[in-house]
This record gives sequence, C-alpha cells and structure tokens, in this order.
Amino acid sequence: MLFRKFSLLVYALLILIPIVVVLLTSVKTLQETFSNPLGLPEGGFKFDNYISIFQEQTMAGYFINSTIVTLFSVSLTLLFAAMIAFGITRMNNWSGNVLFGVFTLGMMVPAQVIMVPLYSLMLELGLTNSLLGLILVNISSTLPIAVFILTGFMKTLPRELFEASTIDGAGNWKMFTKVAVPLSLPSLSATAIFLFVMHWNDLLYPLLFITDNAYKTLPLALLEFQGQYSTNYPMLFTGVIIASAPMVIAYVFLQRYFVAGITAGAIKG
Amino acid sequence: MKTSKSIYLFFLPGLILYSLFFLYPTISALFYSFTDWDGLSAAFQFVGIDNYTRAFTGDSIFRKAIGNNLKFMLTVVVFQTLVALAFALIVIKNTKTNVFLRALYFFPTILSSVSVAFIWAFIYDPSMGILNQVLSLVGLDFLAQNWLGDANIAIYSLAVTQVWFHAGQMLIIFVAGLQAIPEELYEVAKIEGASKWQTFRAVTWPLLAPSATIVVAYTTIQSFKAFDLVFAMTGGGPNNSTEIIATYIYQVAFGSYQFGYASSISVIFMVIIALITYLQFKALRSDRVSY
Repeated sequence: MLFRKFSLLVYALLILIPIVVVLLTSVKTLQETFSNPLGLPEGGFKFDNYISIFQEQTMAGYFINSTIVTLFSVSLTLLFAAMIAFGITRMNNWSGNVLFGVFTLGMMVPAQVIMVPLYSLMLELGLTNSLLGLILVNISSTLPIAVFILTGFMKTLPRELFEASTIDGAGNWKMFTKVAVPLSLPSLSATAIFLFVMHWNDLLYPLLFITDNAYKTLPLALLEFQGQYSTNYPMLFTGVIIASAPMVIAYVFLQRYFVAGITAGAIKG
Repeated sequence: MKTSKSIYLFFLPGLILYSLFFLYPTISALFYSFTDWDGLSAAFQFVGIDNYTRAFTGDSIFRKAIGNNLKFMLTVVVFQTLVALAFALIVIKNTKTNVFLRALYFFPTILSSVSVAFIWAFIYDPSMGILNQVLSLVGLDFLAQNWLGDANIAIYSLAVTQVWFHAGQMLIIFVAGLQAIPEELYEVAKIEGASKWQTFRAVTWPLLAPSATIVVAYTTIQSFKAFDLVFAMTGGGPNNSTEIIATYIYQVAFGSYQFGYASSISVIFMVIIALITYLQFKALRSDRVSY
C-alpha cells in the first residue's frame, strides 16, 4: 500500500516538477538560471522575458495564425467528416463499406510518408506560405480518423429515426442537420477536442510549407526560437508558456472532455 | 430502404480534399520512387529499382535509421505499456484523488512536441540540467551523462521523453478497459480463493487484451511518427545516432534534394508500418476472449 502511494507520488512529481521549473524559469534571468537552475529567482519574479519576447517576435501574429488555422481546420474537418459518416450510414452496406475503407486507409499512413510528394504538389498549386494551404492539408490528414470515430457513433443511432423522417418527406440534408447532427453531439464534441489538440500542436506541415514569418504558426515559431535563443531557457520557456496557454486553460476547465476526446481518437486510431 | 442519389453529394467536399492531398501524393510517392528526381527541375529519369537497391545495400545511414527506429519503438512500447498498465491498476477506482491523478498524468499529452522537446532539453542539459543536478544532490554524480550528446544513449533519452509525453494517454485507455470488466468475475475469483496474481492472470489480463491491443498498436505507430520530438531535440544527431526513418526522409528530401530516393524510402517506410500493424493485430487478436 505504501509502495503504491509512493509510486503515485513519484509519477506525479515527474509531471509537476517540470511544469514548476518551466514557470519559474520564465520569470528568471539567464544569469539566475545558469547559477541556480532549480531555485527561486533571487530578486523576485521578473516578467521581462514576456515583455521582450513580444518585442523581439511577432508573437501576436503567430498566435493569430495558429488560431485561424486551428479554427478552420477543426470546424471544416468536423463538418466534412460528419457528412461522410452520415453518407456511409445511409448507404447500402457494400458501397458504404468500400467508402469507409477508402477513407480510413489514411489512418495507417503517417503524414511523414507522403511529405515529399505533398510538398511538390503544394508548390505546384501555389499553396506554400499560405494559411489556406495549411487548412486544406490539415483537413485531409485528420479526415480519416474523424470519419472513423463519427461513423462508429452514427451506426449506433436507431435507423427508425431516419426512416421516420423519410416518411415525413425530409431530404437527406434536412435529415443530416435535424436528426444526425443533433443526436451525434457527444461524439462530435469529443472529436472536436481531439482535432483541436492535433491542429494547434502540429509542427510538420508548417515546417514543410511555411518559410515566411507572416504565416508561421506557434509550434514552428517556437522551434525557430531555438536557433535564435540557443540555450536561453528563460526565453524558450516563456515561448512554451504562451504557445501552450490556450490548451492548458481549456484543459483545466474541460478536462473530462479532453480525456474523452483524445482517448476516442486513440482508441479508434 | 431507398436512399436518394443526393447522398453522394455528402462525400464530395471530403473526397476532393482527401484525393488531392492524400491519395494522389501516396500514389505519386510510389511513382517518384522509381526516378532520380531532385524535386526542383522539371526533368527526371526513370532509374528502375536503383533507389531500392541503394536503400537496401548501399546506404548505411538508412540501415542505422531503421535500427534506431526499432530501438526507439521497442523501448517505448515496453516501458510505456508497463507504466500505463501498472498505474492504471492503482488508479482504477473513481475516487477524487484518482480522478485528479489521472488528469495530471494525462497532462503532457495536450502539449506540443516542440514544448516537450524544450522541457526535456533542459532536463537533459549536461551543465545546468535538472537530471544531472538531482543525481548529484543524491550523491549519484557518477551516473550523470551528456544525455542527448552521447551517441550511445541519446536514442534512449528520447524514448524516455516519449514515454513521459504519452504514457498518461495509454493509462486512460487501460482504465477504461479495466472498468469495463464485470465486478462479479472478481467476486467469483475471491470466493474460489484465487491469489492476486491468479486473479490478474485469469480474469484481468484476458479481458484486458482488447485495450492492450489498442495501446500497443497505437504506441507503435506513434513511435514511428515521433518525427517532431526527434527533430526538435537532436535533429537526428549526434552522428546519426538518433536518426529515425522519418527524420532521414526529411533530410534526404530537403537537405540534399534527392526526392526520388526519399520517395523510395517513404514507400519502404509505409510497408514496414503496414507489416508491423498487421502482425500485432494478429498476435494480440488470438489472445482475445469474450464474456
């Protein structure tokens, strides 16, 4: 029993200590970090790093780019995936299964596998250095898993509900918006959270397609701070805190949904 | 039941994007893998299976990358699964403390790989890093290492970071799996006088197999995809000791502009992943029971 409690504590500290160190380091000077990496800042908390990172970097711009890309990627993936899941559920088994197979094939192929031809394609289409380009690839890369989760859920909805609305003369679109979507809200929200985390944190696509500062998202900008600040951890961690803040705040309030959402993604993926 | 033709319209937006940005590049990877394309010029030549021959016989870094990927994968799969399962067994009941601990253990999952990379670069830093500091505090100075700079251990240091990053997520999957096991089975085991280990072996483990399949399969795929973390922490170095297949593809394509060759490595990568996924599902499926 004691051993169990001790293990739980050790694991908890392995998570908590890095969090505390990141927070403390961001309010220290570089000197203080070198001389005393784990201690409290000597002359009290200093927020100079936060001020200088906003002066030296176009943080607001990166933040806006990340927000635009994430919001559009999440909502459009969700809409298109829900439509596909609805279509699969409504079709006869054979063609529905084939389409389901085609869409979920994408879950097996990591993005890294297609990065080379995808890069050439984006160049040809003029979609590099463009937020629209990022949004379009984001949608296609997370569509498979979203289709998988949502189809699994919609298949459990009682068929009678759809049949009843057919008798009432509702077309497919009406059936989708008035019956399928409202009934699928729990799985739609779980999928949405999963997609939020994926798209907000994505590094690979911006790394491949964005070179212009005006279109960089937070993870890419953060990665490049490493080149500028080297081992200036106070600055790097200030960047980490700013880039993670929206996710962390959302996690504190919506924890239960996060766990459900990301686990749904993992279980189906 | 009749379904009107308009149902096909529901597939249209998704299918267009998916075909253009996923199916087409996947097929063209196969196509380019038989060429010497440099990714820049319009002209290229077909070179048959030269790229594949080179990958299998003439490229020691590629072989090293496969080896590193396997080392990384095995370390992560074994440790992450054990840690997640062991802790899931402790925090299975929905008490207030357990719910809080699960949320805490899960926390790193929501961070970006770049953030995790920076945090662990600081932990591993040879001069001011937390790890070496703590070791010297408890008098274990001799264990202090240049965790990311030493070619013999860097890949394992990365594996530890990956476990820290994702074990909490796997723990949650195990908790869900464990909570689905009917309480009566444990009562029967108790009545029959089964020991703790016997109960685990006869009840928990077989009924946990579905979650274990998911965890192992997901962890494997995730460890192949660990591009971000490796790229941000070591960039494949020192001396290619942490080069994994994904970072090597990036290097070959965007570092030395050999798109044709990079494509052939991508195809091999795809085959390896398909094979491993297939074998795992086969191996773990045979373990399943129903109740």
